[in-house]
Amino acid sequence: MEELDCEPAITWIPGVNSKKKQMCFDWGPGEMLLCETSFSKKVDTSEKVPSCPFIYIVRKDVDVYSQILRKLFNESHGIFIGLQRIEEELTGKSRKAQLVRVSKNYRSVIRACMEEMHQVAIAAKDPASGRQFSSQVSILSAMELIWNLCEILFIEVAPAGPLLLHLLDWVRLHVCEVDSLSADVLGSENPSKHESFWNLVTVLVLQGRLDEARQMLSKEADANPSCASMCRILGDLMRTMPILSPGNTQTLTELELKWQHWREECERHLQDSTFAASPRLEALCKIMLGDEATLLEHKELLSNWYHFLVTRLLYSNPTVKPIDLHFYAQSSLDMFLGGESSPEPLDNILMAAFEFDIHQVIKECSIALSNWWFVAHLTDLLDHCRLLQSHNLYFGSNMREFLLLEYASGLFAHHSLWQLGVDYFDYCPELGRVSLELHIERIPLNTEQKALKVLRICEQRQMTEQVRSICKILAMKAVRNNRLGSALSWSIRAKDAAFATLVSDRFLRDYCERGCFSDLDLIDNLGPAMMLSDRLTFLGKYREFHRLYGEKRFADAASLLLSLMTSQIAPRSFWMTLLTDALPLLEQKQVIFSSEQTYELMRCLEDLASGRPGCGELDAQRLQDDDIETTKVEMLRLALARNLARAIIREGSLEGS
Amino acid sequence: MFVARSIAADHKDLIHDVSFDFHGRRMATCSSDQSVKVWDKSESGDWHCTASWKTHSGSVWRVTWAHPEFGQVLASCSFDRTAAVWEEIVGESNDKLRGQSHWVKRTTLVDSRTSVTDVKFAPKHMGLMLATCSADGIVRIYEAPDVMNLSQWSLQHEISCKLSCSCISWNPSSSRAHSPMIAVGSDDSSPNAMAKVQIFEYNENTRKYAKAETLMTVTDPVHDIAFAPNLGRSFHILAIATKDVRIFTLKPVRKELTSSGGPTKFEIHIVAQFDNHNSQVWRVSWNITGTVLASSGDDGCVRLWKANYMDNWKCTGILKGNGSPVNGTSQLGNSNPSLSSNTPNLQNSLHGSSAGRYFFPPLDSPRAGSRWSSCAQLLPPPAPLVEHSCDADSANLQYPHPRRGDRSRPLNPLPENEGV
Repeated sequence: MEELDCEPAITWIPGVNSKKKQMCFDWGPGEMLLCETSFSKKVDTSEKVPSCPFIYIVRKDVDVYSQILRKLFNESHGIFIGLQRIEEELTGKSRKAQLVRVSKNYRSVIRACMEEMHQVAIAAKDPASGRQFSSQVSILSAMELIWNLCEILFIEVAPAGPLLLHLLDWVRLHVCEVDSLSADVLGSENPSKHESFWNLVTVLVLQGRLDEARQMLSKEADANPSCASMCRILGDLMRTMPILSPGNTQTLTELELKWQHWREECERHLQDSTFAASPRLEALCKIMLGDEATLLEHKELLSNWYHFLVTRLLYSNPTVKPIDLHFYAQSSLDMFLGGESSPEPLDNILMAAFEFDIHQVIKECSIALSNWWFVAHLTDLLDHCRLLQSHNLYFGSNMREFLLLEYASGLFAHHSLWQLGVDYFDYCPELGRVSLELHIERIPLNTEQKALKVLRICEQRQMTEQVRSICKILAMKAVRNNRLGSALSWSIRAKDAAFATLVSDRFLRDYCERGCFSDLDLIDNLGPAMMLSDRLTFLGKYREFHRLYGEKRFADAASLLLSLMTSQIAPRSFWMTLLTDALPLLEQKQVIFSSEQTYELMRCLEDLASGRPGCGELDAQRLQDDDIETTKVEMLRLALARNLARAIIREGSLEGS
Repeated sequence: MFVARSIAADHKDLIHDVSFDFHGRRMATCSSDQSVKVWDKSESGDWHCTASWKTHSGSVWRVTWAHPEFGQVLASCSFDRTAAVWEEIVGESNDKLRGQSHWVKRTTLVDSRTSVTDVKFAPKHMGLMLATCSADGIVRIYEAPDVMNLSQWSLQHEISCKLSCSCISWNPSSSRAHSPMIAVGSDDSSPNAMAKVQIFEYNENTRKYAKAETLMTVTDPVHDIAFAPNLGRSFHILAIATKDVRIFTLKPVRKELTSSGGPTKFEIHIVAQFDNHNSQVWRVSWNITGTVLASSGDDGCVRLWKANYMDNWKCTGILKGNGSPVNGTSQLGNSNPSLSSNTPNLQNSLHGSSAGRYFFPPLDSPRAGSRWSSCAQLLPPPAPLVEHSCDADSANLQYPHPRRGDRSRPLNPLPENEGV
């Protein structure tokens, strides 16, 4: 596929003088920062003061921020997901029917959006925004026009015969002034005297709406008896024009034969000058014979070349084959423009469609349209029709992914539409996942709710690194704000042992300072998460000791306390606190620590007091320096000795009995 | 692309760098006025300056954010020969009530004897590390072993590059297959031409950085350098700002083919080279997915480069100053995002785009009864719509700063425009 060469878009930055200065910039997740600067170190001193003291936020997809287009994005997302799930086994007619249904759904979303935009445009108070909305309406209208044609040619793949019926519907749908004109004329007191009466009749004939045209003619006949017979004859011709109707079983050859016959009759009337008395009726008859010169006299009513094309085919070659379309299209375009103007982008897109050049259609659309929505969805649908591969272009399916990735990235720039983007990335087999990974971790986590939403998305997709990172960010944020409970639960979720240790230490420090724990719920319900780090285990167990003590289960509390030290789970710096916690247990009336346990406690205390090598000189230092600590140690020694004596006596008497 | 907002920067001198944080909700700016400012985006989308403080005793060249896993941390580097690490303090003080935040200096990195020209945090999987480079030709890598104590940074590596360094870039790949890697560019303009881009790789065995490659073809001064996000590729993509924009791919040669233990060797290919900036290119930077490269050059433009689905690189957008002076009042108006969002702008396309081009012939006058006739004008030319957000105290948007003739920089007797 050859490259389309077009100049890159220029975005003007107000205030910056590109002739004298440069710009520094930075990429953000959805936006770009820009600012005037001067990189060259040889700055003229008089230029030191910034001439443009602004920082600019530059965004990519303008349409992403439109309130009305949001509906387009939201609703087409559902259709897109449905399409991805279409059973691959579905083949033949049922598959085609389903794809056509999907295509129609997309179009009805575009139409709904267009209606709404139109209402907004009418209601707009200032003319400038009214114009903006109107131009959006015409963009949407063009999208629908192109999509509809693609649907007929590529998805429906209508054969000769039905093809023209589809094209007629297409033209009728998009050149719809006739309806309001008709209402206007019929609503007037004397329709046949209305200034637009003949325009209306002509347009109806041009669009092949012959029944309505006939009714109009009968009004003329009533009002003007002199031409009543001419009207009747022309009306009969209209009535008898053979048309392929969907339910009819006649073959194409039969139709062609009948049509030929009918056409001869029309020609005969023209030759016999049946309508010579009324040039208007004669013109209508000529139109019905597909006379090009007459058709072109009604350029204004046809309004565009593709209407001309369809009318011309209707009255000259109603059973046109798809393969011949491009020939008629090209000649219609040439005749219609008549060398007076050159084709516009829309003309080129439609022409490419008539030529069945899908890639050209997509390429031209992506250049001309202001968003990726259209090309991404249309390409995806055509890919599902297995049209891109059949063109034998090696990058066929890559183009689908390329466009979907662009569209999804654009959605991620928006504070809420990003959620739709996730699913689009999911359906990009090659780079979808890695793109999602890069985008999702940049979603600002302003609220817990949003964070949980992002996490769920990552967890569903086993994006372990993103889950870890997000939890880590939240844990760090919580620690900085001194919300220890939240910090702990996030670090557990991140499975970040080092950070869990750090937070546990904070908890223990707070306990030492304040004598109580915060976030009891969390610590009491750690469960297996406790095993994440030694310090966290200790925190959980230590809290359990407090609970047992509070429930007066002293024996259990005592053995847990001791095991915390003997198993080395408790950090040595915390032993003094633990031993102090043992004091009230030692002072209870009944004996709680057995003699054996008491020996262990004594060993722990002496270990600590003597400051064994490797156990941290700081503790020993502190013990020596601090009078209170010395007193504590003495009290402990005393309590331990007394408890030992009681325990020995009790154990002796128990054994003795 | 369209300008969605403009913010009065209120720096008293040239701004040298702007930097988004990881989530794009904060930004930092640094300037020759020796200060750094931090800006926060409110829920309503307005930007407010929440901190502004003097950071250095010389021009501040670069400012950059650490990954939020490490908290709210900034690094800056300056002409005053230092780099500094800053941390935001969450406090209950009056600052919070006034909507201001407080940043404290955690460390000053004073090892350089010349201007520190670039500072970059390492990819987060390496821990909290940062690299600086300086005009004396040395790249220094520092590490904060305890992320909760940012006052301790140890100098882990000093890599001598033999040439005055202007820029560094870490390879962001977190793949186990890739060792930590840093690319260094030099803007040394001395006549004895040498290759200006060197790539150093960390060797697990020697625990040192060793030179893996030198890009022999790049002999002109290099002003900026940027590895692209990896996207799971086996090879690396490196963009270079020199007298033109260049994009290289670096494909690691399979280990068994090279002598074991030594640094990885690469097959280096140039995949794109653009001289559209006409002269020097000063900055290059990748978007977050590495699909678009932006470059800024002497032509005063920022250009966007993108590879299409056939891997052809093309310019897809230009951001250009319109040269008109800033008019304080005329830009204040539109604060309605839905309005500006409806500015039809043909910015996007497969290969490029064309703003302001007519898709359909303009409709001269709306015809009676024409609803959305498809021959209506499809796209009017985009009008620049700009929202201004500014703090009350900077409501005067017209050149609020008196010119300052000379500034004294006690530490640096050297004038900045000479030989650094």
